[in-house]
Amino acid sequence: MTDITENLKAVSHGIEVRDVSKNFGDFQALEDVNLIVPDGSMTALLGPSGSGKSTLLRTIAGLETPTTGSVLIGGEDQAKKPVRTRNVGFVFQHYAAFKHMTVFDNIAFGLKVRKWKKDKVRARVNELIELVQLTGLGGRYPSQLSGGQRQRMALARALAVEPSVLLLDEPFGALDAKVRKDLRTWLRRLHDEVHVTTIFVTHDQEEAMDIAEQIVVMNEGKIEQTGSATDLYDEPANEFVMGFVGEVNSLGGKLVRPHDTEILPVETPDSVAVTIDRVVRLGFSGRVEMLTANGGQEVWAQLTRSELETLDLEPGSRAYVRPRPDAVTREDTGALDDAFKEESPAIHRPTPAEPGLPV
Amino acid sequence: MSGEGRLTRYGLRFVALFYLAALLLLPIGVALVKTFDDGIGEVITQITKPDALHALKLSVITVLIAVPLNTIFGIAAAHVIVRTNFPLKWLIGAIIDMPFAVSPVVIGLSLILVYGTGGWFGADLAAQGIQIIFSTPGIVMAVIFVSLPFVAREVIPVMQEIGTDQETAAETLGASPWQTFYKITLPAIRWGVTYGIVLTTARALGEFGAVTVVSGNISGETQTLPLYVSKQFETFNSVGAYSASLILAILALGTLLFMNLLRRRED
Repeated sequence: MTDITENLKAVSHGIEVRDVSKNFGDFQALEDVNLIVPDGSMTALLGPSGSGKSTLLRTIAGLETPTTGSVLIGGEDQAKKPVRTRNVGFVFQHYAAFKHMTVFDNIAFGLKVRKWKKDKVRARVNELIELVQLTGLGGRYPSQLSGGQRQRMALARALAVEPSVLLLDEPFGALDAKVRKDLRTWLRRLHDEVHVTTIFVTHDQEEAMDIAEQIVVMNEGKIEQTGSATDLYDEPANEFVMGFVGEVNSLGGKLVRPHDTEILPVETPDSVAVTIDRVVRLGFSGRVEMLTANGGQEVWAQLTRSELETLDLEPGSRAYVRPRPDAVTREDTGALDDAFKEESPAIHRPTPAEPGLPV
Repeated sequence: MSGEGRLTRYGLRFVALFYLAALLLLPIGVALVKTFDDGIGEVITQITKPDALHALKLSVITVLIAVPLNTIFGIAAAHVIVRTNFPLKWLIGAIIDMPFAVSPVVIGLSLILVYGTGGWFGADLAAQGIQIIFSTPGIVMAVIFVSLPFVAREVIPVMQEIGTDQETAAETLGASPWQTFYKITLPAIRWGVTYGIVLTTARALGEFGAVTVVSGNISGETQTLPLYVSKQFETFNSVGAYSASLILAILALGTLLFMNLLRRRED
């Protein structure tokens, strides 16, 4: 379409992370991380806080030096390259707007330090202002913008220098839910237009699944699994990935998806007794919320309308649940609870089965 | 609001205003009135006396040397304390505060111990023809010493407040450390620096104790404005003392006003 989108496509490079470990004193933030990010793709680093996802992003940018291992951009080892010559676009959670500069000057910053001529700077900045839909706001100061506008300005500022990769650290983390959703859709469209290799950090699985082609699930400094949203959902590498991507119930020591949870009117050897708590009809599908008879643990099942009608469940009545025969299941060892001690993303996490277990 | 609440409120206001009036406004007001007791002509005569003009010149020179040096040092020290992992930075922080804790007279005496005729370097320096004590360099050093903390103490909290995101962003955009400092950090801390400069200037202009000790207080040679004021007062030339005080006050207020104007223009 425009110059900048053509240029960005041309300068974009793939990223390779090889055996990277990072220690902060005794704390190991990254452990043997290996990752390939194809040129022009969009990748999400997904994980709970403290999983090392931001450290990995900062290591790729050169803001942290790996203790061991290497980062390659466009096949070139970045070890000897300081941040300022690495040519990465970096976007911060809290925008890092230059508060004393107008939107125009913020976006122009990287070009001015590269000693571009004034008229070229103006042309480029105006093009970017249009690209990020801030037309007419070039003269404003960051304090006069909304959070979403500030983040788009920060994005334009990062794109102005034609980075070979674009790195976003929880870019929507400081925004409210509605703006967050709009902005991520917008980012996806922008990426379809400019095709610069993009990595963004998030702890929101919905956000990752919505816009990333490749999702990297991280936990305790390690990569648990890398794949598409479908891969992660259908073939989770372990219980952590299963619990973090998509929703799960814990049934008799097994993790199972709510849509793979079968409700039976009669007891079978592999079923768990539950009391029906609530039946919610949502048009075509429906949701049944239950409490296990042994321990009062929350379980829910997602059913089609016809299944709901056949079962004809009443709140307070007894039923039995089990994984469907073809269900994806993983052992529940309680590792998930450890990972989610501090935050609970958009995941339905049942309380522990037996009373007295640490939460 | 209850009667008791109102009483407390008015009581507090009275205390605050009385305090200001009794300790600040009244004495300054009386001094101002006293200055013009013998008419404006006498004031002009007093402040154009050679010794008065010399004292003014010496004070201004001292400020023009001490304030820029302390500004640069203060910003550098704040940077080290806030932005680096330098292992001894706690020590720098403690040393910066020393002039607040130590009496200016002691500061003056300690300078004599090091640079005076009988001091550590005094004899060697004298052999080179350099005189520090009882001379302008000694006065400047004393003033630098006592006004050292202000810029650093004003800038440190501002630097902590702004965080490192903006500086990191500039770095990723290709800015060199100097460009980052000049284009990002300095504008972000500018009001801390400004306020620090105002305080440093006020302190440098008004310093009496340390300067008395190191200068020798020789009229027309090593006398700064505050020393001149004191001398005039001691020799019963009260109009001379008040007139010179007026100049001191105008210089200090002028600095404050100038900085405020700068700020207003920017907003």
